[in-house]
Amino acid sequence: MKYVDEFRDPSSSLKLSAAIADTVSRSWSIMEVCGGQTHSIVRHGLDKLLPDSVSLIHGPGCPVCVTPLEMIDAAIHLASRVDLIFCSFGDMLRVPGTNQDLQQAKAKGGDVRIVYSPLDALEIAKNSPTQEVVFFAVGFETTAPANAMAVYQARENAIDNFSIVVSHVLVPPALHTILSHSDNQVNGILAAGHVCTIMGEEEYVPIANQYGTPIIVTGFEPLDILQGIYLCIKQLERGQANVVNQYSRSVRRHGNTAAKNMINEIFEVVPRSWRGLGKIPKSGLALRDKYSEFDAMRKFNIKTIPAIEPEFCISGQILQGLKKPPECPMFGTVCTPEHPLGATMVSAEGTCSAYFKHRIPLGECSAI
Amino acid sequence: MCLGIPGKIVSIVKAPLRMAKVSFGGILKEVCLAYCPEAELGDYVVVHAGFAISTLDEKEARKTLDYFDQIGDQQPKVSS
Repeated sequence: MKYVDEFRDPSSSLKLSAAIADTVSRSWSIMEVCGGQTHSIVRHGLDKLLPDSVSLIHGPGCPVCVTPLEMIDAAIHLASRVDLIFCSFGDMLRVPGTNQDLQQAKAKGGDVRIVYSPLDALEIAKNSPTQEVVFFAVGFETTAPANAMAVYQARENAIDNFSIVVSHVLVPPALHTILSHSDNQVNGILAAGHVCTIMGEEEYVPIANQYGTPIIVTGFEPLDILQGIYLCIKQLERGQANVVNQYSRSVRRHGNTAAKNMINEIFEVVPRSWRGLGKIPKSGLALRDKYSEFDAMRKFNIKTIPAIEPEFCISGQILQGLKKPPECPMFGTVCTPEHPLGATMVSAEGTCSAYFKHRIPLGECSAI
Repeated sequence: MCLGIPGKIVSIVKAPLRMAKVSFGGILKEVCLAYCPEAELGDYVVVHAGFAISTLDEKEARKTLDYFDQIGDQQPKVSS
């Protein structure tokens, strides 16, 4: 068992696809929350295996996409300082800020380093004791335990030249925002399997009950996603709205307790602005007061300045599942992964990037 | 950053944090096992941002694969 090929078997895909077609009796819209799931759907053409009456809506689960513009600007501001080393996950480097991105700050002389793990940034701090090292701590519940551990280890090992810019977001409050929207078209949800690996499935039960929306905790391989859709359609057809765990090889009912405990030790829940969705109450994490010495915004006295999104970019509507990339006149012409105008084109996990990579036939792209 | 990929633990070092070398189809990465204390050599783990976040459960994986077979049994016409 290698946990990949077994879940990509084409004959099982066709069986699940036919089972979905046999079950469905009317139109349903299902939102996959995570950008990783969106990529799997578009890459493997899973939406093409569904009957016309089942449509997939791509959700907001791309951390790069939803990090607010003012936090990107704050990160760029820090990264441009000559007196510090700025560390980030690689996919944040080309996210456009108001005037430039981190890659450009690096080109202009900023010491910007890509790290694979926040522990790598901590190691840099340990090895460069005379320099300040700042890590850009973004992401959903999946990356929060890693970032929390870096702060915990910094405290344990008295590494005081390390700090983080925190822009963490949480999935359930965003689902409330989407499902309570007057234009909501979502009938069922495929919850993000790796977020639930950390947090468990219980916090989704009140959401399923409140909105009458079935929620299937779903993995990322093609058969996971098709099974998630099948289980969701079965509930919708029966008028049920339960939380079901499709991804049981990774997700335990209560999640990963050690990881959750570390998140709670380091972070507290705060309101957070989401790029494309606006400010959502209790939707983010920030450092607790007792760890405030590791808050880079405080350490370097950085104030965020509200930033204005480009008017022509529809990434906000894409993130809410209200529109799909081909509905944007800029898509694939002015806006490309090389020259992204908005968040959903920047990240490898973004919906526009997925459509660009897998859905534009060669020769049809008029990138400028 | 959010894409979690299953990898196989090929070695474990215990100090100071429990760390492992994890193979992703032959590519080795250093991974922290602090959140998967139960993970042992040869186990497959899901890795995010340099941390193992779960040890994959083979029994549960087999149940899911059996479900796919069952679908085929219940719906013989679909595979034609």
